[in-house]
Amino acid sequence: MTITEFIIDVVGNYVATIAFGILLNIPRRALNLSGWIGVLGYLLYQFIIVLGGGYVVGNLLGAVAIGVASLQAARWKKMPMILFNIPALVPLVPGGQAYEMIKNFALGQNDTALTFLLQVVMISGAIAFGFLLSELVNRLRQRAWRKRE
Amino acid sequence: MSASTEHDQLILHTALTAGRIMIENGSEIERVEDTMTRIATNAGAQTSQLFVMITGILMAINGEVGAQIQPVKRRTFDLEKIAVVNELSREFAVQQITLQQFADRLDHLDSVSKYFPFWLQLLAAALVSGPLEVVFRHNLHDFWITCFVGMVGWVVYYLISKYVEIRFLAEFASAAVIGLLAVWSHHLGLGNSVDDVIIGSVMPLVPGVPITNSVRDILAGNLVSGPARGVEALVSAAAIGFGIAMVLQFV
Repeated sequence: MTITEFIIDVVGNYVATIAFGILLNIPRRALNLSGWIGVLGYLLYQFIIVLGGGYVVGNLLGAVAIGVASLQAARWKKMPMILFNIPALVPLVPGGQAYEMIKNFALGQNDTALTFLLQVVMISGAIAFGFLLSELVNRLRQRAWRKRE
Repeated sequence: MSASTEHDQLILHTALTAGRIMIENGSEIERVEDTMTRIATNAGAQTSQLFVMITGILMAINGEVGAQIQPVKRRTFDLEKIAVVNELSREFAVQQITLQQFADRLDHLDSVSKYFPFWLQLLAAALVSGPLEVVFRHNLHDFWITCFVGMVGWVVYYLISKYVEIRFLAEFASAAVIGLLAVWSHHLGLGNSVDDVIIGSVMPLVPGVPITNSVRDILAGNLVSGPARGVEALVSAAAIGFGIAMVLQFV
């Protein structure tokens, strides 16, 4: 992956996350931050892929990063957390694999389609489990905060 | 009616309206329960009992008034309203506004809340499609045509979900339109790859709110509302898939 491709990816993620936020009618002052959280999740995902960690681990850690960063943003801006994590999730959605699955089912190549179905299920599961882990991290941090006070 | 009964009625009305607005616009259940309990406590109710589901809310407080039900009939995604209810609840907690003002502003929220202007939503749909096509497939040549197809697909989705009261028809129809336009643009020589154009263009239709909320609801222990939302997400995804598959089979 070249530097130009990397920059295009980061810009594309930022723009797409913000644009999805506009479609969901997110308040204006949350837009910029949600864009950066989307970039953060994608960067971690790409980092894992480059290190050779595989797409499941990549999506898992990307989702964890999005969940933790969203709670931080929600505390800071005093706004609900879902304003940040819903748009940031969109670049992780397995759109390509889901499309290949539909296409192969429609064309009658069921073996290839099942391979892609498995990938879609694995990625969706990884994202869901990543959110679960981030919720765990958030609860642990809340408990640590309360003890300090 | 005595003054305290009237006050209790107002507490119930305010909390139920706040809860209905939040569920209607795509909030997770745990946040709704939390906000409604806070409103009741801050308004002076000693205890409050809640039963929140994705299709309706039941709430009771101590005192002479009975429990009340608020059905939730429609469901859209307008995250700004959730943020506004959240802000009003915070203002009420520090006593910047009274309960009566809170109730009035909630009652008028539906008429004053503003969406982004239509042209900006069109631009946003284009800017979800194009950049994600590049990110997923690294196909810079098809950027512009993906922006265009995604925008048209979203216009179809918007118009159908506004004027036709059949759920999931909008996703299906706009996916079919996106498929047709992608194939057509390939015939005209505007796009290199039908696959890449379709993948980018369906991204604005992704049911992001139900997916996220379904996971969060299940994790919070709302085992009725979480799976219900998961089914909603699954059916919209399936509607998009059927729309695309139909086009691919005929071409």
